[in-house]
Amino acid sequence: MSQATLEARPAGPLLTPATGRRRRTRRWRLTPYLFLGPSLLLMIGLMFIPIGTVIYYSVINYAIVNRPGRPQHLVGLFNYRQLFDDPNFVSSIWHTIVFAVASVALHLLLGLAFALLLNSEVIGRVGKAIFRTLVIIPWLFTITIVVALWRYLLLDPKGVVNFVLHSVGLPTEGLAWLGQTNTALAAVVFINVWAGYPFFMISLLAGLQGVDGELREAARVDGANAFQRFWFVTRPHLRPIAVSMSILDLIWNLQNFATIFLLTGGGPVNSTNVLANYTYTTAYFNQDYTAGAASAVIILVISLILAVFYAWSRRALNR
Amino acid sequence: MSTVTTTMPAATGAPAQRRRPNRRRAAKFWTIVGLMLSATFAVLPVLWMFLSSLKPNTRILDDPPSLFAHSSFAGYRKLFSDPSQLNAFRDSYVIGGAVTLLTIIVAVCAGFALSRFDFPGKSAVMTVVIGVQSVPPISLVIPYLGLITFLNLYDSFTGLILTHLVLTFPYAIVMMTAYFDTLPRTLDEAARMDGASSLRVLWQILLPISLPGVVSVGVYTFMLSWNEFLFALMLTKQHVRTVPIRISLFIGQNAVDWQGMFAMSILGSLPVLVIFLVFQRYFLGGLTAGSVKG
Repeated sequence: MSQATLEARPAGPLLTPATGRRRRTRRWRLTPYLFLGPSLLLMIGLMFIPIGTVIYYSVINYAIVNRPGRPQHLVGLFNYRQLFDDPNFVSSIWHTIVFAVASVALHLLLGLAFALLLNSEVIGRVGKAIFRTLVIIPWLFTITIVVALWRYLLLDPKGVVNFVLHSVGLPTEGLAWLGQTNTALAAVVFINVWAGYPFFMISLLAGLQGVDGELREAARVDGANAFQRFWFVTRPHLRPIAVSMSILDLIWNLQNFATIFLLTGGGPVNSTNVLANYTYTTAYFNQDYTAGAASAVIILVISLILAVFYAWSRRALNR
Repeated sequence: MSTVTTTMPAATGAPAQRRRPNRRRAAKFWTIVGLMLSATFAVLPVLWMFLSSLKPNTRILDDPPSLFAHSSFAGYRKLFSDPSQLNAFRDSYVIGGAVTLLTIIVAVCAGFALSRFDFPGKSAVMTVVIGVQSVPPISLVIPYLGLITFLNLYDSFTGLILTHLVLTFPYAIVMMTAYFDTLPRTLDEAARMDGASSLRVLWQILLPISLPGVVSVGVYTFMLSWNEFLFALMLTKQHVRTVPIRISLFIGQNAVDWQGMFAMSILGSLPVLVIFLVFQRYFLGGLTAGSVKG
């Protein structure tokens, strides 16, 4: 009905006097803000104010839990200094870095490998669609299901993984993957990689479809082998996507809470304790909300710094 | 490598001609082997979970493991006769549905403003929308606990829906803006010439042809909400219990009810699996529009 029929309209009534036009332009100027209204409300009410609150909590003497008789007051950076005096906090920083960097690297590696396989010209469309769906499946499971499944598969005496490894001759007798300090972090990373690589794969696959087939064919004719074709033709094309995805994934993994909380709770003996889990334990188990808030602010600041790089990498991508 | 396909008699043809098809066939062979291995890596654990959900608890830890041991759907039957488990599905559907609907409304409006208008502060809004995606939920949940209790929304649907929105709307705005940007501006300008208001342009011109974009936003939003764990853990207790929380309660038990846990896991992953399979094309398209093209 409002499909424009310009010629049919008489020119007269459309161009109203100056007052009408001015009102229209003022309304026009306000319109985008009205459409943004709900998002702005959400952002202010559930993002900015809470962020202000958590920063405030991190510089006062107690929060949320009532301490009758002691007035609430500012304590400067006391909570932060207390954190860095706690060896468990310092070690949790290292675990977070190892966990996040290893996860991102392996997500990228597996995601790339699977995307290259799926993009190969030697299989047909239907085969591609089937394999793509199968390989995405781990990503669709909610984290509690992933944890339930792998805690069962990695059980110590009767787990399926140990049974399989043992039957191919590996000495896995009595190896409790999630229960030993020397294997727990690696096991947690493995599970996280299993559950997360499809996100990389999807994006890289989309990127691969943009690679010029003629360019690759030309390289083939020129005698480039498969590796050279990947390195000199495909890799430069995928680089911006991979960089952008890696930063985003790094941010997510630095914040990861559920995987580790559910798999090990940070144990055994703190060997998998990461920042988010430390924050949770400090705030809710020890009821020390101000130290928890300080730790939460540290994760927030790291994330925001990385977000700047992320925004920058996306701009490079769009150019 | 080339030892795998030796069907070509070595004597025929020039060396160059001979090597080519051989190498092609070898490439095909190894690609298929690679794909088989990756599919096994992805699906075998899930298949094992399904088989385990059919076994009685006494046989689930058999040594050596068996594929089928007294398999039956007893675990599923038990779930369906337990209202507290079924309520988790109701809660997750209600929350996921409400979050999806609200996110779509918010994101369509914001995407329209960001795609079709130039206004002071636009680039700041864009930057903030991208920036807030990186705010860690663990940093938000401490103040939320205070805020939600203050608003009397602890352990309520409204509280969880509101906090889930925070996780979904930034990404949805990015996806929706990207989608609107692909539609030619001449469409709405023509309608404007005809005197249509902005709301009309959005509602009657842009929205009907944006259905694929809306669907991919909706699918992604529903998945995020259905899978969310931290806020549900911290902000609900017993009145509202989502599916992930119900499953995590199995994990915490001393004598784990494996069969019940896996039956719940299979049922709990079905909605997302079905939605993904049905809307796969939209979903992948929307996801890459949001993350790759921006």
